[in-house]
Amino acid sequence: MASIAGAAASAAHPGRATPRAHPFRRLLRRRGAAVGLAAIVFFVGLAVLAPLVSPYDPLATSWTAIRKAPSSAHWFGTDEIGRDVLARVIWGARASLLAGVVSVVISLSIGVPVGLLAGYAGGKIDMLISRLTDAMLACPFLILAIALAAFLGPSLTNAMIAIGVSATPVFVRLTRGQTLAIKAEEFILAARAIGNPPWRVAVRHVLPNLVPALIVQATLAIAAAVIAEASLSFLGLGQQPPAPSWGSMLNTAKNYIDNAPWMAVWPGLSIFVLVLSFNLVGDGLRDALDPRHV
Amino acid sequence: MTAFLIRRIATIVPTLIFVSMLIFGLQQLLPGDPAVVLAGEDRDPNVVAYLHQKLHLDEPLPVRYLYWINGVLHGDLGESLRMQKPVLALILEKLPVTLELACLAILIALVIGVPAGIVSAVRRNSAWDYAANGIALWGLSTPNFWLGIMMILLFSVTLGWLPASGFVSPFEDWKGNLATLIMPAFVLGNAIAAVLMRHTRSAMLQVLSSDYVRTARAKGLPERSVILKHALRNALIPVITLGALELGTLLSGAVLTEQVFTIPGFGKLIVDAVFNRDYAVVQGVVLFTATAYIVLNLLADIAYVIVNPQIRVQ
Repeated sequence: MASIAGAAASAAHPGRATPRAHPFRRLLRRRGAAVGLAAIVFFVGLAVLAPLVSPYDPLATSWTAIRKAPSSAHWFGTDEIGRDVLARVIWGARASLLAGVVSVVISLSIGVPVGLLAGYAGGKIDMLISRLTDAMLACPFLILAIALAAFLGPSLTNAMIAIGVSATPVFVRLTRGQTLAIKAEEFILAARAIGNPPWRVAVRHVLPNLVPALIVQATLAIAAAVIAEASLSFLGLGQQPPAPSWGSMLNTAKNYIDNAPWMAVWPGLSIFVLVLSFNLVGDGLRDALDPRHV
Repeated sequence: MTAFLIRRIATIVPTLIFVSMLIFGLQQLLPGDPAVVLAGEDRDPNVVAYLHQKLHLDEPLPVRYLYWINGVLHGDLGESLRMQKPVLALILEKLPVTLELACLAILIALVIGVPAGIVSAVRRNSAWDYAANGIALWGLSTPNFWLGIMMILLFSVTLGWLPASGFVSPFEDWKGNLATLIMPAFVLGNAIAAVLMRHTRSAMLQVLSSDYVRTARAKGLPERSVILKHALRNALIPVITLGALELGTLLSGAVLTEQVFTIPGFGKLIVDAVFNRDYAVVQGVVLFTATAYIVLNLLADIAYVIVNPQIRVQ
């Protein structure tokens, strides 16, 4: 169906790129998005290759290297028990990226089917799901995540579950809204008219048309999830010490800000660059996938 | 207007019921017997027995919910086991500090966000526009607890201009109060300024291309008057509603900001409660926050109807 819609669009505007002709190329044409994508690839590379690129063991302490300023031996300096900050920043990328991706996968795997059901089934099911979504949206994202993490117990896994569940209502609402709009399209009427059962119309014809909006939202949600994981770890509810995480590194660093500021600079800068990169790619994707921007 | 109010209030009732169910349900996530967990590390059998009786743990779940919600409706959000005080009293004690911080943060967000949005829309695709968009991206991407730490490093440790932490009541010393709150308020207002900037820019761009703005220009009105008197007044209407949605960001941000600057407010209350395993306080704070969020959104909707004559007439 998507290809039919695309063909119709190119027929209407000969010589113009169709909205889905080369979304990736269109994304890379935006300088901000291209830089963001390069930074994400860099961080993913760091996280995957951490055992190879990390200069030291992130957990190895050294009583002779406590709170040493950046030097040729320790590029980012050392922390309060002599651990190498660069090694911990590199390994910390794993926790941040893992939390960002896993929590958004949780949100997508609950939010999309539920939103699709609400939008496609309508009636009382829609009303019930919408009220429940409103209720979850009424609880501020981080406060709900803190409460969930508090009741589930502090750990990176529980933080990811808490963030994923807290971000779910946004995906439910987005999927429901898009489904309602797509449901009214003629190609859906045609699919129903030829006798497709409702589940097949929803999965085969509605769902593929939701993908562009979901990709954009998921990218921006990863940015929010990275900040949320760092926030929970900063509060002591995410990754537990001594395992490295940018948020928990900042939590310790704030106690040594007057004599070891490098402990706070690098993990914070890493969160900022990674989140900025996802936001840039998200904004770029929105423009690249939105037909109005073609 | 009355019909609108009744209709709008009617929609928030089921939402509030679902919110209460959701927050009550949090207790079910506790592993094992909630009374044993809630009794703290001592697990005093007397406290466990007392909690069993007080929380009606021997009753079925729906009955327990009804007991709980009945208490909530009568102002009983439970009791803090750690501080031996009613949760509502604790919340009301900490609330003024967070409210002051929030008001100052909103003021900073408005002062930065709205003018930046106007300039960005009026000078579209100029260096000003790019700079304003850059600032918005910065605001959206900076973790506010990191910004807080960096501001402490600059203004407290390096320059020695402002205190790094603590809180002074405005009734004791208003200058000291401002000195302790200005950094946290900026940190908190920074992210909201970014959102306000984006909303203002997009609303201004829409309004600037409308017919009545073209008419105002055709009449020969000075550009300043067209922008401030004709365009901005209408552009700010949707910003009110969209800005109200940022209350969640404000409350979430307050939790982290109060932690960084050691401010004894609402946010610090929930974090301390989490570490003290004071679950009644956690539940109470989430319920209070969600209710405040819903009510303030209702007020924003009403304000939207009041300031927008088109909707009022409809």
